[in-house]
Amino acid sequence: MQAYLKLDHIDKTFTRGNATTEVLKEINLTIDKGEYVSIIGHSGCGKSTLLNIVAGLTDCTNGCVLLENREVNSPGPDRAVVFQNHSLLPWLTVYENVRLGVDKVFASSKTRSERDAWVMHNLNLVQMAHAKDKRPSEISGGMKQRVGIARALAMEPKVLLLDEPFGALDALTRAHLQDSVMALHQKLGNTILMITHDVDEAVLLSDRIVMMTNGPSARIGEVLEVPLARPRKRLELATNPGYLKCRQRVLEFLYERHRFVEAA
Amino acid sequence: MNMPAIKTEPATAIVAPKTPGASAPAATPVVTMTPKRPPRSEKYSKMAKDTAVRVVPPLIVIALLMLFWELVCQRAGSTLPPPSRVFKDTKELIFDPFFDRGGIDKGLFWHLSASLQRVALGYSIAAIVGVALGTLVGQSVWAMRGLDPLFQVLRTIPPLAWLPLSLAAFRDGQPSAIFVIFITSVWPIIINTAVGIRNIPQDYRNVAAVVQLNPLEFFGKIMIPAAAPYIFTGLRIGIGLSWLAIVAAEMLIGGVGIGFFIWDAWNSSHISEIILALFYVGIIGFVLDRLIAGLGKIVTRGTSAG
Repeated sequence: MQAYLKLDHIDKTFTRGNATTEVLKEINLTIDKGEYVSIIGHSGCGKSTLLNIVAGLTDCTNGCVLLENREVNSPGPDRAVVFQNHSLLPWLTVYENVRLGVDKVFASSKTRSERDAWVMHNLNLVQMAHAKDKRPSEISGGMKQRVGIARALAMEPKVLLLDEPFGALDALTRAHLQDSVMALHQKLGNTILMITHDVDEAVLLSDRIVMMTNGPSARIGEVLEVPLARPRKRLELATNPGYLKCRQRVLEFLYERHRFVEAA
Repeated sequence: MNMPAIKTEPATAIVAPKTPGASAPAATPVVTMTPKRPPRSEKYSKMAKDTAVRVVPPLIVIALLMLFWELVCQRAGSTLPPPSRVFKDTKELIFDPFFDRGGIDKGLFWHLSASLQRVALGYSIAAIVGVALGTLVGQSVWAMRGLDPLFQVLRTIPPLAWLPLSLAAFRDGQPSAIFVIFITSVWPIIINTAVGIRNIPQDYRNVAAVVQLNPLEFFGKIMIPAAAPYIFTGLRIGIGLSWLAIVAAEMLIGGVGIGFFIWDAWNSSHISEIILALFYVGIIGFVLDRLIAGLGKIVTRGTSAG
């Protein structure tokens, strides 16, 4: 089977003056269409850099990112990003934030009223249609992140990139939003690449978990398949032996073999 | 007319549960409950109180200062007129600001409007050029390295120092005055805009990159709104400076304008007229500042809040 998204021998070094730091080394990863892949690792291991490279927001030093066998090296709506801190434009309403992307992506393929309907459709998907005329400062953190997801989905991306999307949320909101993302993935069949540092989140949501070693020169340490049937239910999984085994594997990787070394 | 209607409702509500006995004792009082709204007179008195809290203290201070001024300047040999004299001398100017006897013998309205027109023109050019240059300097590292030292030096030149040079260049008072306004107010606009553009969060740039906004859309949809609070800070400083500069410039170029009016009054020893003109200059400067601040508040609504 041909890879849908392929990360091919990606290296990344940052140079500042004379000092060069190798952040990522030899990252190889293929993701199939409709797959949900999580990247997990300690903070500072370069997972966000990796996501930015896939998004095209950062250039890689060596290697390339292939999407449907074509190299992508600049940002675009085919790889929409949901940012950790939602990144909604505060001077636009919820509706206008989503509309901004829709207007660019479907400028020629949809009429004005179709675009309007498409924005509302996507706001409905994340249950945010009721707040369409509110500004980001008037809605809660979880709601902002929902809108961020709607904005990304509305661009009909080939790959949805989630950069620690639930990191800034409280535990209850996070669980609620994770369920929503799972339901959306189930319904729309998006290909999703997610950065996380939460073991439970990774196991619950992913088909595969990519575990990164500590930086500098972070590599992919191990890739774990999560053989749990979908749809997954949070409560049932809590006692599911398969879930616990996966969780155990990730924890062992993170806390025994690649313990986080406190950087000076 | 509304008052009696509202008042009768609770009255019936109290009566209602008594008459039907045990039929629906719980439901009726709940349904007829009306939200308690403070009477309108109370609201007005509260509003009046709030206004009084803000208006009364400055009024008292002004009255005291006037009294002090009156007492100090009432002496026989005082060089400046007391407020009562100022009012008596300038009554005609105050009550008839629209007269026009040709030349520069016009009412204060015409002088002020001539000055305001110059400021409006010079300041508008400064706003456009300032935002454009500020964007360039904020966005491009090379433009900043090249232009910033130049700006830092030029902005310290006092407004009036530009006047002889611009008179030499334009050979006319009107464009020279406008140029002085422009050159005075453009620097804070450039510098604040540049800071605002430089401070646009990387997140917004990322969003624009993912959505693939072109440079023009990026300018209009991200840069300007994101930098608007800074831009308006610059615009507000700019309008203040240009109002400062116009009076000085007009004293030198002559013609119709509040600056020359003051100079002319000085030459004819009409000290009361100078004081009246200063009063108007102050009020208009204040109004201009508030105008830009208010505009900024409307435009940047929502921007500052995350």
